Amino acid sequence: MASESIALTPVHDASRPIGTTLHDWVVTVDHKKLGILYIFYSLIFLVIGGIEATIMRIQLIVPHNHFVSPQAFNRMFTMHGTTMIFFVAMPILFGFGNYLIPLMIGARDMAFPRLNAWSFWLTAFGGLLLYFSFIGGNGLYGAGSAPDVGWFAYAPLTASTFSLGHSTDFWTLGLLVSGFGSIGTAINILVTIMCLRCPGMTLSKMPLLAWLNLVMAAMVLLAISPLTAAQIMLSLDRFLGAHFFDTQAGGSAVLWMHFFWIFGHPEVYVLVLPAFAFASEIIPVFSRKPIFGYPVMVAATVGIGFVGLSVWAHHMFTVGMNPYANSFFTITTMVIGVPTGIKIFNWIGTMWGGKIILKTPMLFCIAFLFQFLIAGLTGIMLSAAPFDWQLGNSYFVVAHFHYVIVGAILFTIFGAFYYWFPKMSGRMYNETLGKWHFWLFFIGFHLTFDFMHIPGLLGMPRRIYTYEPGRGWDIWNLICTVGVFFQAVAIIVFIGNLLWSYFNGKSAGNDPWDAWTLEWSTSSPPAEYNFAKVPVVRSRRPLWDIKHPEDPDWKYE
Amino acid sequence: MSSTSSTALSIESQWELPSRGHVGMLSLIAAEFAIFTIFVVAYLFYIGKSLTGPMPKDVLEMPIFASICLLSSSWTIHVAVKALRNGKVRGFGAWWFATIALGLIFLIETGREWHHLIFEKGLTISTNLFGTTYYSLVGLHAFHVVVGLIGLSIAMILTLLGKVKQEHGDRADVFSLYWHFVDVVWIIVFTVVYIIGR
Amino acid sequence: MVPESKHNSHAPDPLKTWSFSILMAGCLLAVQPAFGSPQAPPQMPNMFKPQSTPADSILHLSVFVLIITAVIFVVVFSLLVYSIVKFRKRADDDGREPVPVYGSNQVELAWTVIPVLIVLVLFFATARVIHATQSAPKPPGVIEVIAIGHQFWWEFRYPALGVVTANELHVPSSPPSHPTPTFITLLSADTDHSFWIPSLAGKTDLIPNRVNHMWIDPNETGVFLGQCAQYCGTQHAKMLLRVYVDTPDQFQQWIREQTKPAQISDAVNEGRRIFETTACINCHAVTGTVADGRFGPDLTHLMSRDTIASGAVPNTTENLRLWIQDPETIKPGSLMPAMKLNEQDLGALTAYLETLR
Repeated sequence: MASESIALTPVHDASRPIGTTLHDWVVTVDHKKLGILYIFYSLIFLVIGGIEATIMRIQLIVPHNHFVSPQAFNRMFTMHGTTMIFFVAMPILFGFGNYLIPLMIGARDMAFPRLNAWSFWLTAFGGLLLYFSFIGGNGLYGAGSAPDVGWFAYAPLTASTFSLGHSTDFWTLGLLVSGFGSIGTAINILVTIMCLRCPGMTLSKMPLLAWLNLVMAAMVLLAISPLTAAQIMLSLDRFLGAHFFDTQAGGSAVLWMHFFWIFGHPEVYVLVLPAFAFASEIIPVFSRKPIFGYPVMVAATVGIGFVGLSVWAHHMFTVGMNPYANSFFTITTMVIGVPTGIKIFNWIGTMWGGKIILKTPMLFCIAFLFQFLIAGLTGIMLSAAPFDWQLGNSYFVVAHFHYVIVGAILFTIFGAFYYWFPKMSGRMYNETLGKWHFWLFFIGFHLTFDFMHIPGLLGMPRRIYTYEPGRGWDIWNLICTVGVFFQAVAIIVFIGNLLWSYFNGKSAGNDPWDAWTLEWSTSSPPAEYNFAKVPVVRSRRPLWDIKHPEDPDWKYE
Repeated sequence: MSSTSSTALSIESQWELPSRGHVGMLSLIAAEFAIFTIFVVAYLFYIGKSLTGPMPKDVLEMPIFASICLLSSSWTIHVAVKALRNGKVRGFGAWWFATIALGLIFLIETGREWHHLIFEKGLTISTNLFGTTYYSLVGLHAFHVVVGLIGLSIAMILTLLGKVKQEHGDRADVFSLYWHFVDVVWIIVFTVVYIIGR
Repeated sequence: MVPESKHNSHAPDPLKTWSFSILMAGCLLAVQPAFGSPQAPPQMPNMFKPQSTPADSILHLSVFVLIITAVIFVVVFSLLVYSIVKFRKRADDDGREPVPVYGSNQVELAWTVIPVLIVLVLFFATARVIHATQSAPKPPGVIEVIAIGHQFWWEFRYPALGVVTANELHVPSSPPSHPTPTFITLLSADTDHSFWIPSLAGKTDLIPNRVNHMWIDPNETGVFLGQCAQYCGTQHAKMLLRVYVDTPDQFQQWIREQTKPAQISDAVNEGRRIFETTACINCHAVTGTVADGRFGPDLTHLMSRDTIASGAVPNTTENLRLWIQDPETIKPGSLMPAMKLNEQDLGALTAYLETLR
């Protein structure tokens, strides 16, 4: 049975000219190549976004510093946020999803391969358009300037009156374009999962990664569109004199906030659900047990998807909404902590009674559990509206969301890199370098983001290029900046490991982790057609059934 | 081993999942609905809030004829698709053409209405909040009609070139989902702009 | 009622008070500035040292939330650490797979129900504070202030008292024996801003084309610091804020001085002439003269303020001169233009401004 599914290992044809290879990659519609393109693209922007963050942290290392001008700093935080969300996190998660979903559901490719390619190139172009602002931002008026309105671009700061030149337009149009790419990929993911599962793989038998990406894709469809709409409105204001957010003509600044956060909050679930997916695949394999409570995990995911669409105005507690609105968004935000907490308990339940193997992918997932717990709890603090009246728009919020995006999402992404690198490249990564990466990044992350909560508690607002001395903020800012250098070294180690292992790593074989989902039945890397014969499955762990025919999962599920 | 194989065979033979085209188009429609919802919310929110300028009841006239044309085109496209599924390619071509014609009439009527509003009533997108929300909502819908007409025309050309066959019935059906969506949106836009907002 | 709630709202719960004190002490120890705290005024922003009812009720709620989340953290973290330690794969492992456990309905029910209960408790505690703060009635004798946010300074108007000033807000203290809260209406002249003095209240935004409200009832005198907390443009970072809580007498005195028209002194005629014939009057106002610009701060009583440029620098002769001549050195990107005066005119102008007490 197993041997029929495993594809014949392709012979590496090393004699192909580089031009042909490049051409292959540019015109490819293969989900695996597109996945890798997404991932490379994101890594480049991860480094760029990291440089932007480093510039900010150096400016803030002491009060009244003069490392960069206020104008430059404001561009840095705008570009850092926009880059990291739209051109690092989203593409890298789409990349892994693209690569893994067809393999894990027993399909040969995504549902619409050409749409897949179109979506990738659109996203890529959007990023280039945004970064072109550094050169072209002021239009004909002088040197370029990147947008400096913050990643959420509140009105009326973005109106032509207050945002001169075209920097804001680069923000709007770059994201509009990549937004269409995101919608394209979301449609592809949704249709692939609904329509291309291999025989026997009912929805209740597909890997949690597929479930989480399914709900993520649905959220993208419902959440990116409001941002697209709002950006069209903003562009109409700026180019055609419309008044959507023109407060002088009776327009509403708060309306922009509602529209933005109706996108912005589901967006963070779009980012975190695939992170949960990685954890849900890695933790069982490295605990040698099936995931604890699969049906509950599915229900919690769907619950998060629905409730996540109803919490957006917890970003607007300070805006002066009436007490009933504030109370409503408080309770919905607290409620979403319930399914999220259930997931944490289930992951721990998976580890409980298992045989935990502390290799690099699992180290990153354990840190994820620890950090996501804290991030969720600071989220509960922020959900209590009056507490948010103190903590909102301060460095406490900055610390909280970096805890989620870096501490939870980026950590699981690193875990995913190490877990699936053997499959994608055919080589094992270097475990020692992996552990160096982990510990350096762990230390750096905690130095920066643990202590960042304190200035927030002490009254330091966000988005300030400098701060007054003697408010008790100085030492904490210093420590936060020191952490950045640990993280930078860790990233260098990481990229070094990827490169070194790609050329020198031990041959990985099909299934280095003794795992249970379908991608491990293909060769490493898989052939272009994925499976020689489309697999037929009877349980959630098809490879367990093959390896343990005397005790298959489908007897117990 | 053999019992596993026969189980596998029976699973395989009974395995049927929904069609890619339909699920894909419905997903796209969901996303588009979300975009339109935001424009509708903006429209409703800004009713009565314009500081100056012509108000809806001063300048708007219900586009009954245009609406009848557009909504009938939902029926003509439905008949066209049925014809194609039944193998009647020429009938399909005729009804498909009728759909295009009705859609074009709707667009022309919209264009005439806008011309009247801009040049005779002085209402533009920058006049006031009503102008902003009106032109953007109706314009977004009209844009989707244009895109639909382009798609319809490409299919028309392919039909005239003899390339459309009965087996393409499913694809025509998927496309017709988009066209029905455009019509449903018009019902909502019409209600919001010409009934509630006046 | 607004001023009494701080003292007789409910009988103190001993457990809560005790744990509150411990947590307060812990937090205060953690957040003391590392290099020693100067005892001079003004008071640093610190939500853990509330001096007014809104900040106080927020702190009580916050401590409650902190305790609950701390307990959750300890429980879950312990389970996580225990599972890693106890269920690590040993070096002498026999290679058998552990018993697969697919789930447990009872366990799932338990860890669903308990969090739901926690959420309900937290929610009701929170909703109470939301309503108490936002729906607080206005007692008679309240001080009404209109705060208007500008890029990058604060305008304060006391309509009933006829005062217009900038950047430094004066309010009377509001002890329980003589409650005199200040109710602030928040408006904006341009983009979004946010009024945040952590010791006095949570922040509330100032949004153009929208009217927001907040109130404070500081129970002790002192100077409280804060700053704009909603990104409003290039100099958001230096849109600083000071609230001066005076005794009732001091406050009355301040009102009297603020309502007087500008002092006119012949010794600074030259400076006044420069002021009134240059672009200054396009933006600035001095009551009783031709200057009535509203784009920039009212300068009638400029010298009654401790700082200039919205708290960016102390109000000294040198800083005044620098601000007029080259504001980019103090606040690059602010909307104050460099006046490009020659040395003599600059001196005369500064001398004039320094008579505006």
